[in-house]
Amino acid sequence: MEEMSKTAGCGCSEVAASQNKQKISTSGVSIMSSMDEMPSCSATEAESPMAGYEKPGYRLFSFVDKFIDTDAGPVPIIKPKLQVEDLFATFFVRCGIGRYSYTIAPGLYGIGSPDKNSEVLVTANFKLTFDHVRKELSSINAWILVLDTKGINVWCAAGKGTFSTHELVKRIKKSSLEKVVDHKRVIVPQLGATGVSARDVKKQSGFKVVYGPVRAKDIPAFLKNNNTADKTMRLITFSMYERFILTPVEIQMVLKPALMIALVLFIISGFGPGFFSFSGALERGLPAFFALLTGIISGAFVTPVLLPYIPFRHFALKGIISGSIFALLFLLLSASAIQGISGFIALFLFSVSISSYLAMNFTGATPFTSPSGVEKEMKQYIPVQLASLVISFGLWIYSAF
Amino acid sequence: MKELRYLDDVSTLVLDPEKCIGCRLCTEVCPQAVFEMRGNKAHIADFNACMECGACVNNCPSGAISVNPGVG
Repeated sequence: MEEMSKTAGCGCSEVAASQNKQKISTSGVSIMSSMDEMPSCSATEAESPMAGYEKPGYRLFSFVDKFIDTDAGPVPIIKPKLQVEDLFATFFVRCGIGRYSYTIAPGLYGIGSPDKNSEVLVTANFKLTFDHVRKELSSINAWILVLDTKGINVWCAAGKGTFSTHELVKRIKKSSLEKVVDHKRVIVPQLGATGVSARDVKKQSGFKVVYGPVRAKDIPAFLKNNNTADKTMRLITFSMYERFILTPVEIQMVLKPALMIALVLFIISGFGPGFFSFSGALERGLPAFFALLTGIISGAFVTPVLLPYIPFRHFALKGIISGSIFALLFLLLSASAIQGISGFIALFLFSVSISSYLAMNFTGATPFTSPSGVEKEMKQYIPVQLASLVISFGLWIYSAF
Repeated sequence: MKELRYLDDVSTLVLDPEKCIGCRLCTEVCPQAVFEMRGNKAHIADFNACMECGACVNNCPSGAISVNPGVG
């Protein structure tokens, strides 16, 4: 239960794990992790314009196009276009694979041909965030100041305190931003405001914080519009696609506990008139296992995707609604494998409890649930879910006799 | 976000109109359009949309806003 995030409703269910996975790196260059990997700019291309920027033991990020010289030293210019390897990595990270070490080196980057008058866009060093920003900037000349958020996205990092006034001020000073640009302003994504105090940044660095749009795709329009955001740029959305794209991680996070529960299910399915039988464990364990899968699909996939179309505001209740429908469907399909009405009720309650709990867990991934509301909902529904679970286990054992 | 609403009457958001200096920053940083300017003061126009993210509190120069979601 402690995993349920109550900081900012931004989907950061577990974050601490990432804290100790920092890479040793400098701006634009990351240390080589293995000897097998060749630098992307191999030494044989002696005439490569990048050759002068290679360092022994380091490897250039593949999104770096070239370097330009500024009064604060060379700054990497990045490509706005994502490469196939970026897309593959995005896919894996969306499935929860390696998402806590998907980082780039913090510091100053550039895109297009930035000069002393170009704006400075601030973002996080989660590679998914960074890719998301750069792919929207193909027509833009700007500086990009990447904060060290330990590989966490802007909103979550702002809630957890890594996308912060302190980190922004530190990064401005470390990159000698005052030598790179002639103006004194930085554009911070609006969702970073949870961690940044514009007034304190100004006081501590001399740079004025201008809050940019919520979404990276609005940056070009925002810049064109004299750094002003219209109302829609300021509002968070949570469309069906935005909900759907979060579900693989929801499911991935539940895999390990689900495996443990499945084990328990097979064990208690073995209890019966002869005390314990392995054939009983297998025979009765299988429908119980499918009831678990039904609950997971309903709570971690269907409820999130269909969120606004399922009645009630409590997520736990939404999970009960969709869980009931799916449990009934499942039980109708597998009626022949389940004995007695008590077995039916047991599996029904089991699926619904799992669905309700996982639906409630999704509050941590949405951009509109308040921690106070989540706390209230948890206090109300965890006892209900637990009671239903206990009854279903009792009934399931009883139904074997 | 008008189509997706969470529980009503749970937010701990408080705005002290006495302290508000009318800088509009809260209307700018709030991702849920909770605030609205009326005259030269900010008002809470949509209390139940508040998700207690704290962006307004963090940026209010006069300490007129507070939000306190308790532990965790």
